[in-house]
Amino acid sequence: MTGPPIPAPRGPLSGAVVDALRGGPVRDVDVTGADPYGDDLQLALHCCYELHYRGFDGADADLEWDPDLLRLRVAVERVFLAALRADVEPSDDVDAEIEALLVEPVGPDLRGLSHHLLRDGTMEQLREYVTHRSIYHLKEADPQAWAIPRIGGAAKAGLVTVEHDEYGSGRPERMHSLLFAEMMTELGLDAGYGAHVDRVPGETLAEVNLMSLCGLRRSLRGASVGQFAMVELTSSPGSERLVRAMRGLGCGPAAIRFYDEHVEADAVHEQVVRRDVLAPLLAAEPDLAADVVFGIRAALFLGERMQERLLGAWERGGSSLREPVPAAA
Amino acid sequence: MADPTSVVLTDDGPALVRGPVELSLPDGRRVRSDRAVTAVCLCRRSKRYPICDTSHRRKVRRTEGDE
Repeated sequence: MTGPPIPAPRGPLSGAVVDALRGGPVRDVDVTGADPYGDDLQLALHCCYELHYRGFDGADADLEWDPDLLRLRVAVERVFLAALRADVEPSDDVDAEIEALLVEPVGPDLRGLSHHLLRDGTMEQLREYVTHRSIYHLKEADPQAWAIPRIGGAAKAGLVTVEHDEYGSGRPERMHSLLFAEMMTELGLDAGYGAHVDRVPGETLAEVNLMSLCGLRRSLRGASVGQFAMVELTSSPGSERLVRAMRGLGCGPAAIRFYDEHVEADAVHEQVVRRDVLAPLLAAEPDLAADVVFGIRAALFLGERMQERLLGAWERGGSSLREPVPAAA
Repeated sequence: MADPTSVVLTDDGPALVRGPVELSLPDGRRVRSDRAVTAVCLCRRSKRYPICDTSHRRKVRRTEGDE
């Protein structure tokens, strides 16, 4: 099986990783002063993590466990993680955190991507939004699957219940990643895995890199569950706005189906994540509370950075992508 | 004897029913859900009644700049 194309490097860190993917030796790089959320560092991390998912066309699959490349990844990862720890206020009050996520803000001028797309989004902005989201949704639920062997008992059973639903409950045609690909196709976008990595900025890669970072490090399993909980608790109202936005823009049924499915799916996932994942996890491992909150807050922090990148570009009348997507036929 | 049907009544929102389930409505409509767990709306505010869409959540009015 071939994977997606090897991305174009964006600086010294991603340059070193890309050269290694192409078969060259792993160079020593200096991470001092690297922008933890910048394009170069985030692409370097993305490339290292993808070796654990689908790999790259033309890259040796065994690079996944190349000690030199792993050493480089960990050095880069530490910069990212240290920045998140510094930028995210610590807390171990999971209940208060969940309570805050369950309040739905209402008002005429709310700032947010789904609010904007519903109020006055254009078809081009919707296509850009979907392009950004494709980095995660074409592998929806995969990063959180790493947490399954790392937790036990009832929390494991609860997590698998949600993951099973994400993977279509045994029906491949209902897999959320496939519904997303069908939406992309209907919007005239290339639905190939990894097809848009070169187009998306570091802000977009960072959100997904957080998922992979927490999934691949057992010590961050609490943060992985926290990140997942944040998504499942907040996605239903936003998905409902996106359904209305897409109807308003005249999108077809395959496009609307993805977010339509998430209105109902995430309403019940919220309940399962709270009752059957978080509650038993924290009963069994109370020391994970601070990491759960860290996962929630880090995901919110990176989500807001991505949101501002998109809204800022649109407010200036430009594109939020590094290079445009081809116009729909 | 078979295990009893499990229905969890939440304090703030829907009833959680292990699926698959078929819900019969007063108007004769039947709504089927194949999910492992289905959230059945109890507050009747759901736009997808009888399926929960989180409309039971507390709403807080915000003006621009709060977020």
